[in-house]
Amino acid sequence: MSQVLLTPLHDRHLALHAKMEEFAGFDMPIVYTNIPDEHVAVRERVGMFDVSHMGEILIKGNDARAFADAIFTNEILDKPFGKVVYGYLLYENGTIVDDLLVYLVNETEVFLVVNASNVAKDYEWIVNQTEGFDVTVQNLSSEYAEIALQGPLAEKTMLEVFNLDLSNLEFFTFRNVELHGHPALLSRTGYTGEDGFEIYTSNEDIVAIWDALAAAGVVPCGLGARDTLRFEAALPLYGHEISDQVTPITAGFKMFTKVDKGPFIGREVLLKEIEEGSAKKVVGIELKEKAIPRAGYPVYAGNQEIGVVTTGYLSITLGVPIAMALVDQAYSKKGTEITVGIRKKLIPGFVRDRKFLKKNYKSN
Amino acid sequence: MSKAVEGLFYSESHEWVKVVDGNIVLVGITDFAQSQLGSVVFVDLPEAGTRLEKDAEFGAVESVKAASDLISPVTGEILEVNEDLIGEPELVNQDDYASWMLKVEIDDPTELESLMDAAAYGNFTE
Repeated sequence: MSQVLLTPLHDRHLALHAKMEEFAGFDMPIVYTNIPDEHVAVRERVGMFDVSHMGEILIKGNDARAFADAIFTNEILDKPFGKVVYGYLLYENGTIVDDLLVYLVNETEVFLVVNASNVAKDYEWIVNQTEGFDVTVQNLSSEYAEIALQGPLAEKTMLEVFNLDLSNLEFFTFRNVELHGHPALLSRTGYTGEDGFEIYTSNEDIVAIWDALAAAGVVPCGLGARDTLRFEAALPLYGHEISDQVTPITAGFKMFTKVDKGPFIGREVLLKEIEEGSAKKVVGIELKEKAIPRAGYPVYAGNQEIGVVTTGYLSITLGVPIAMALVDQAYSKKGTEITVGIRKKLIPGFVRDRKFLKKNYKSN
Repeated sequence: MSKAVEGLFYSESHEWVKVVDGNIVLVGITDFAQSQLGSVVFVDLPEAGTRLEKDAEFGAVESVKAASDLISPVTGEILEVNEDLIGEPELVNQDDYASWMLKVEIDDPTELESLMDAAAYGNFTE
């Protein structure tokens, strides 16, 4: 194996005595104090995450937009520059290469932010689709660092710390900014279900930005809270709700696949699935007894195994055991009685919607 | 730094045993275990009357992120379960040596000799 990578904020995490674990090849902070406190800080105030492990890929050239459109499930050609669009790269069979954010920079540049664990795979896959397009593809992941500032006080924090008024920056848009003289790309996006920003800059500039936010009392949050937060907002994680085993339709994210926009890789399979129905669906589950339905645990209807938990927690915000699970279509209807196999017991529960919690995004 | 209390017995799976009186013992998890787990949010324990076998799984302690099996350090019968931990699992983080999980009547007190003392457990978790 290659050597474990460090983010430019690694020293900061060690100084804070974060519990560190290897994730996607990086030594990452899992938790600084405890996950519930970090989780609540983001839901009620503001927290920050070092997500410098995320991958950045730049598509450049005369066909940059057309190429991005041809490999991406969501609509981008009708969107203005400065917009961020969420969607998927698909294999020909409709299953998911990765989920990503597409930043529409200008006529000749499209900036992709992809999962850390998929960067190498994504880059290779994207390069392999470029035939016939006037584009170059660059993997810039090692040149970019990223902080996610998340929570209802994120906008106020940016104003107070950097004298930067972001009140008119709409949800899922971005701009180039200077933070105490450090140039950065800043978008109103995130992975927590709260308002907030994602800040991309160089490995050198990121440190001063982190320190300024820390000095203002922003709570550092680890990947542990990042997962509990995104889960409550029913945002998918690659390898769990979405993977190369399911399509976005099966995963319940049809809204990010615009099958009517024109051709894109994987579209034919999605059209067929929409028409004929999915064999399986990712659903919400709630348990009636206190127990914790974790990823990988089997889901049953009667004696029959009908699926598997993809992510589950004792929800920190709601205090109830909830999960997302991939189940056979026949058992995906809301209210369907199921059980989850937890150690030696079958814990009763039911299928429910995935609106575990109201998202507090900035309304444009 | 995690602590080990003198006078208790310790297993390699990070449970402690405290002899209360003769064959009656309390069982809990160590400070090292709780610090490794992080915030405990759920403790899954068997009912009083359940038989325990040494080295067999008897329940689980769950943090936000993960479930860890509890492995019995003794053989015997559960007399009582600490119900406080069901309602307040975070007690395990706050004072794990006071937060016993099970009160057990053990079959054979000499079985405890196979466990570690505080010094040995301290070395084990170095």
